[in-house]
Amino acid sequence: METHLVAATGLQAYAWLLIALPLAGAAILLLGGRATDKWGHYLATALSGGAFVLGFLMFWQMLGYPGEERARSVHLYQFIKTGSVDVDMGLLLDQLSISFVLLITFVGTLIHVYSIGYMAEDANRRKFFAYLNLFVASMLLLVLADNYLGLFVGWEGVGLASYLLIGFWQHKPTAAVAAKKAFVVNRVGDMGLAIAMMLMFATFGTVSYTGVFGLVENPAVSEGVMTALGLLLLLGACGKSAQLPLQSWLLDAMEGPTPVSALIHAATMVTAGVYLIVRSGVIFEASPTAQLVVAIVGAVTLLAGAIIGCAKDDIKKALAGSTMSQIGYMVLAAGLGPVGYVVAIGHLITHGFFKAGMFLGAGSVMHATEDDVNMRRYGALRKLLPITFGTFFLGYLAIIGVPPFAGFFTKEGIIEAAWDQNVVLGVCAIAGAAITAFYMSRLMFMTFFGEKRWDPDVHPHESPAVMTVPLVILAVGSAGMGAFLMLGGRFESFLEPVTRTPHAEHHLITLNGVVTLVLVAVGVAIAWVKYGARPVPQTAPQGSALTTFARKDLYGDALNESLFMRPGQWLTRLAVFFDNRGVDGLVNGLAALIGGTSGRVRRLQTGYVRSYALSMFLGAGLLVAALLVVRI
Amino acid sequence: MSHYLILSALLFSIGAVGVLIRRNAIVVFMCVELMLNATNLAFVSFSKMHGNLDGQVIAFFVMVVAAAEVVVGLAIIMTIFRSRRSSSVDDASLLKY
Repeated sequence: METHLVAATGLQAYAWLLIALPLAGAAILLLGGRATDKWGHYLATALSGGAFVLGFLMFWQMLGYPGEERARSVHLYQFIKTGSVDVDMGLLLDQLSISFVLLITFVGTLIHVYSIGYMAEDANRRKFFAYLNLFVASMLLLVLADNYLGLFVGWEGVGLASYLLIGFWQHKPTAAVAAKKAFVVNRVGDMGLAIAMMLMFATFGTVSYTGVFGLVENPAVSEGVMTALGLLLLLGACGKSAQLPLQSWLLDAMEGPTPVSALIHAATMVTAGVYLIVRSGVIFEASPTAQLVVAIVGAVTLLAGAIIGCAKDDIKKALAGSTMSQIGYMVLAAGLGPVGYVVAIGHLITHGFFKAGMFLGAGSVMHATEDDVNMRRYGALRKLLPITFGTFFLGYLAIIGVPPFAGFFTKEGIIEAAWDQNVVLGVCAIAGAAITAFYMSRLMFMTFFGEKRWDPDVHPHESPAVMTVPLVILAVGSAGMGAFLMLGGRFESFLEPVTRTPHAEHHLITLNGVVTLVLVAVGVAIAWVKYGARPVPQTAPQGSALTTFARKDLYGDALNESLFMRPGQWLTRLAVFFDNRGVDGLVNGLAALIGGTSGRVRRLQTGYVRSYALSMFLGAGLLVAALLVVRI
Repeated sequence: MSHYLILSALLFSIGAVGVLIRRNAIVVFMCVELMLNATNLAFVSFSKMHGNLDGQVIAFFVMVVAAAEVVVGLAIIMTIFRSRRSSSVDDASLLKY
């Protein structure tokens, strides 16, 4: 990044509007109060849509520039000025950030539209849209900022929006607890990011992307510092992207309304960690250790998420496990270095489409069955919810990687890249694909096929058009986005100036690809035998040890409890004990000593003049004696 | 000359013992006076021994202060006697712990 960035001109100079529009929406809706109840959701949707249109026009303008000159900067104002530490607040419009802008605003707008229908009966719909707008604004700031501090502001903003939206139905204790859990776990990751920024200030004296990346090559900076930076950034990414060991909040986050799960906890916010790693690619490339750790974290998470997804009966939690797993793929790819960046971002975008589509589909199913989330009480919804089924099916084909749907191109790319670098990582990725096929088919069969298992007084019905139209649009994206981006290396050459990906020959049909497809077919077949051909019992069977293991989220919560929560409680108890007995004991003991002594001394005041006189004589005698002694 | 001083010390001791052991307020008061006059005697003796008038002057001061003290003291004793029908110092022992 030695080249000095060109200042943005024309429409791009107004890139701050992208953030300002949804932010204004949030402000109007929150400050306007009940007065905006009637039209607030339309305003929020319109502003989000406006941000998309603006983003698209800026994208169009960017396409007009030659490939190497597409990165433009917009200087906004001086954020911090202290003499030795100066932070300029600015925006960076390049191929990477504009990809995110388009994804966030497009999917975000669709989910705004869907929510108009989904939240129609909620008394607090206005607040919901205000939070959604706040989220979109923060997320855009996160991806558009040209320095880590700006990114951090957005990072915290999306964390806040996520907290508010998970706990949106705060009258449910589970939702309130889940929101708090998400917030606390995220703080652990944020600490990593914050310390990484401090380290940057200390090492480079700057936190702007151009400044930091320009100084990475400096031989004075040791590899140890780069490794520390990489690992700290990874910790931040793990918190936001629900990667091991900070994965536990994502499954609980499904307590929030379904559109939130779709937008924040599947399509956009949870991918912020991937963005962070890809954006900081230069730092990770300077430290092979950090890079390897990133890849390992991704590989482990993709398997863990997939295993959890296999055992969940709650449709949203099964999808959440799948989200974890798919982000694991992206992190794995991001850990492979420049060859992986394009597929990581590509998978991120296609995942944004098909996972958002499936989550909204799940919301539509819940809408139809009176908010039941247990798949064991679904079944045979295929005929009653034809549009939901069709769109969900396209998303399903996309996620398990059936050609020519979206997931095939991007996931295949990740498997290929992983295989080329490290056989173990490649095997993990292929195994993950097989398990993905199993649990997604299980979900599919349990929900849409088989016998009907819902209560007789539940009457499933298709959702209104305001909900199905976004589903259809996302399904089209699920079907075609992968081929559009990946075929002919279109996305690769678009991102190339940012990711510095070396050009390589891509074959559509590879040995890995064939093996993966065979394993995917096996996974689908097993799911069919277990859940399609046989009737599904209404209560979950006992299951094997592995099933229990997966149902308990791989004992992630138990581990956190025994490793962090309990020792933490002991520590606080110890501190309280020390405070009560040690510090307070000293102070109280001193006071008691003085009180007790004076209580005894008080007895000298008898009220008898003669005893006072005696003490006076004795005192005078002592004084005289002392004088005599001194004199002699 | 030392005879005067010995007499003074004797008188002072009698006074002091009287203050400590007697209960009647009037007697205690008289003992205090005795101690004061014992010191006066010592002052005058020293004045004579050293050949200057300092001791005599101080003796006058002591007399003046003693007269004032008698006035205040007797007034207090009278008031206590009026309210308590007793002149014992031990009966006036309410001001205590």
